[in-house]
Amino acid sequence: MEALEIARWQFGITTVYHFMMVPLTIGLGLLVAVMQTLWHRTGKEEYLRMTKFWGKLFLINFIMGVATGIVQEFQFGMAWSEYSRFVGDIFGAPLALESLLAFFVESTFLGLWIFGWKQLKPAIHLACLWVAVVGSVFSAYFIIVANSWMQHPVGAKIIDGRPVMTDAWAVFTNNTALVAFPHTLLGALAVAGGFLLGIAWYHLWRRRTDGVDTVGADGKVIPGEAAIPGRDRTDYKVWIRSLRIGAVVAMISFAGTALTGDLQGKLMFEQQPMKMAAAEAACHDGTGFSVLSIGNLGSKNCDDIKAVIEVPGILSFLAKGDFTTEVKGVNSLLDQYKADYGTHLPNNPIYGERAGQEIQYVPVMEVTYWGFRMMIGFGGLAALAALLALWVTRKGTVPASRWLMRLAVFGILAPFGANAAGWIFTEMGRQPFVVAPNPALNGIDQVFMFTAAAVSPGVSAGELLTSLIVLTAVYAALLVVEVKLLVKFIRGGVVSAMPELAHTPADENGDTDKGPGAGKPAGDVLAFAY
Amino acid sequence: MELLPTIWFIVVAVLWTGYLFLEGFDLGVGMLMKLFARNNTERRVLLNTVGPVWDGNEVWLITAGAATFAAFPLWYASLFSALYLPLLVVLVALIFRAVAFEYRGKGDTDTWRARWDWAIALGSFFAAFGVGAALALTTTGLPLNANGDREGGAFAWFSGYAVLGGLAVVGFSLLHALAFLALKTDGDIRHRARRWFVRLLPVLLLPLAGWALILQFLEGKPWTWAAVIVAVVAAAAAWFLARRGSEGRAFMAMGAFLLLGSASIFGAVFPVVLPSTLDPAFDLTVSNASSSDYTLGLMSVVAAVGLPLVITYQAWTYWVFRRRVSASQIPVAHSFLPAIAVRAFTTKG
Repeated sequence: MEALEIARWQFGITTVYHFMMVPLTIGLGLLVAVMQTLWHRTGKEEYLRMTKFWGKLFLINFIMGVATGIVQEFQFGMAWSEYSRFVGDIFGAPLALESLLAFFVESTFLGLWIFGWKQLKPAIHLACLWVAVVGSVFSAYFIIVANSWMQHPVGAKIIDGRPVMTDAWAVFTNNTALVAFPHTLLGALAVAGGFLLGIAWYHLWRRRTDGVDTVGADGKVIPGEAAIPGRDRTDYKVWIRSLRIGAVVAMISFAGTALTGDLQGKLMFEQQPMKMAAAEAACHDGTGFSVLSIGNLGSKNCDDIKAVIEVPGILSFLAKGDFTTEVKGVNSLLDQYKADYGTHLPNNPIYGERAGQEIQYVPVMEVTYWGFRMMIGFGGLAALAALLALWVTRKGTVPASRWLMRLAVFGILAPFGANAAGWIFTEMGRQPFVVAPNPALNGIDQVFMFTAAAVSPGVSAGELLTSLIVLTAVYAALLVVEVKLLVKFIRGGVVSAMPELAHTPADENGDTDKGPGAGKPAGDVLAFAY
Repeated sequence: MELLPTIWFIVVAVLWTGYLFLEGFDLGVGMLMKLFARNNTERRVLLNTVGPVWDGNEVWLITAGAATFAAFPLWYASLFSALYLPLLVVLVALIFRAVAFEYRGKGDTDTWRARWDWAIALGSFFAAFGVGAALALTTTGLPLNANGDREGGAFAWFSGYAVLGGLAVVGFSLLHALAFLALKTDGDIRHRARRWFVRLLPVLLLPLAGWALILQFLEGKPWTWAAVIVAVVAAAAAWFLARRGSEGRAFMAMGAFLLLGSASIFGAVFPVVLPSTLDPAFDLTVSNASSSDYTLGLMSVVAAVGLPLVITYQAWTYWVFRRRVSASQIPVAHSFLPAIAVRAFTTKG
């Protein structure tokens, strides 16, 4: 493989992986902050337990987002030095602001939250979590601003061959970013909603199959207690409330992603028409939305694609809001792109061996077409499942079926899949550009960059392959560890995050695994300790 | 000399220095997990001295990197791509270290803990060494061509300076961590850390002092020479203060040593940010590698508000967790009772 190909695979793998952890961090962080707020205001034990349990899972996942995030920042310079040189004047600023205004806040206040349960006053402790969560939301905004500039460059002009920022306001209020930001946040909340729903379902199912909770003649649940630490009636409340919060959040956020996604689609038809045509596998101009299209895999010829089922008018609605406007298809866009940006890569040394190659303006359509549908499909399925879950659990518990429980647990993956598919679609749909041209700005000095020019010229394919293999192996190993830990703490239930629930006087005396501090009050210094 | 690029050179230098000052001790504490701590309780004491703060410290690295990208894209692009493999090592080290901090206490077996202890120790070592090597090479130069790309293959960056810089940051971090532990712990660990500090100071600071001195002979200016001399005085002061038992002041003296040493290094190379060893005409400098004044101006406004704010709330964190940690405070590790495991021997309600 060529250096460029390897660098792209590496960026794709590390980014999709990173964005498994990030939406859960953002979404679950917000929900844990709400839970702790509820505890703070009502004083009800179940909200404290929810805060502790979901907070523990949040932290197990959070650290993976942090660890894999550094790779993202470094690899722009390491693998994409020409890109970094080209866009640095604009693209670097949101990254620097993200570190300065978001990452510092997030990491510092989260440290205060984790270790400050006893050192800080309850209101301040709660405020620390909120500040950390707002920090993570800010970080999402800044990185979306950076990404949106690659989708739709604004506020810049070319000076000496490189874009220079001329209007920071335009960059930070890029309309692409303003719709992508809520879309991403809602996508993150959908992940967290599904996470709560699936895990809470599992625990309600456990309580039911273990005979702790029973169902009366009217079908209503009768919560019970077991003589096991943490498996009391409050525990029941923890799970039913988590399940309902999760289901409602999953539904509302899916509705929100649909609304913001529609706005994004309409922008994208203007800003990157080829991406949207490729998302629809729409070869010819028309109004019809493809429900199913098939073609020869890997074919670059649009004429191989046949729309098996097509609904007239819907594509125009998605693009323009009416049912009649013709939307340009791949074939006519292709001529336009060739006229505007050339048919072959220029003979410029930054293209390396790729100079003079023919430019493929049509993205890999299998990816854009199915990526777009998987995003919507997974998201919609998860929302539908959440609605059904609310109905099925209306009498207070889940069915005894093991298969339904498994479905709920594996359903956690659906919103993750939707997020990944959406990003893969929008990033691969932008190809062959790394910075897509902004059609509103015509002229020779238009800001755009081909991906073929972006890779580091001095870095060998061998180096890139080494890092691709090393990072993929490390990520895979750590994913196993993370999932195992999550499963362990999930199965342990609330008591795994609140060992104090299991801490009875009998334990104090009979505990053989005594550390030097056993028997003494732990003191304030280490209310939480590694 | 252009004003805004110069200011941003200073900001980037401050960010790297802040990183070495803060993460220096938690990298050192990480290495000391294997070199210094004698048993699991002591390792947990060490971990808990840095537990609430290490992640905030690491953001100084991310910010230093991002600020370099934003303010000096050509410096960022050339340095990071030229040092591809060493930075890959740094990344893997930082990944394992971060995950290990969080996951070590979440397993129940000695094997589990021992593995993560190694991850913390080796992760800290390689991160410190790699960052040190990268910083040394940006002051002494890399084989860059006219476009700023590395010539000569994957290992062309290697030189004695890489090793010297790596050892400099490893040595400094270890010593800084000993000063930190003497300040932040109580009981046996505190006194042992102070003894180690006094005994090891000359050895551990030697590579950093050597790096600073070599640069003075190559590029020194009168004020940077003065900074090196005062830095050595600060190191001597740290030694006397630690011997006398003034742990807080010894730690501050270490900070003064780092600040002056770093000023002497960055000051000596200024206005060059990354020399080319192939041709001085290819040197990246404060003026030819920087972003536009518009971008730098925008970031200056944000940094003028943001950076003092960061320092304030991070200082508050250290204040909240100011109390010393000792072995007697380490709570028993509760192994939790998974609902599944206990089901077998309990009655149902």
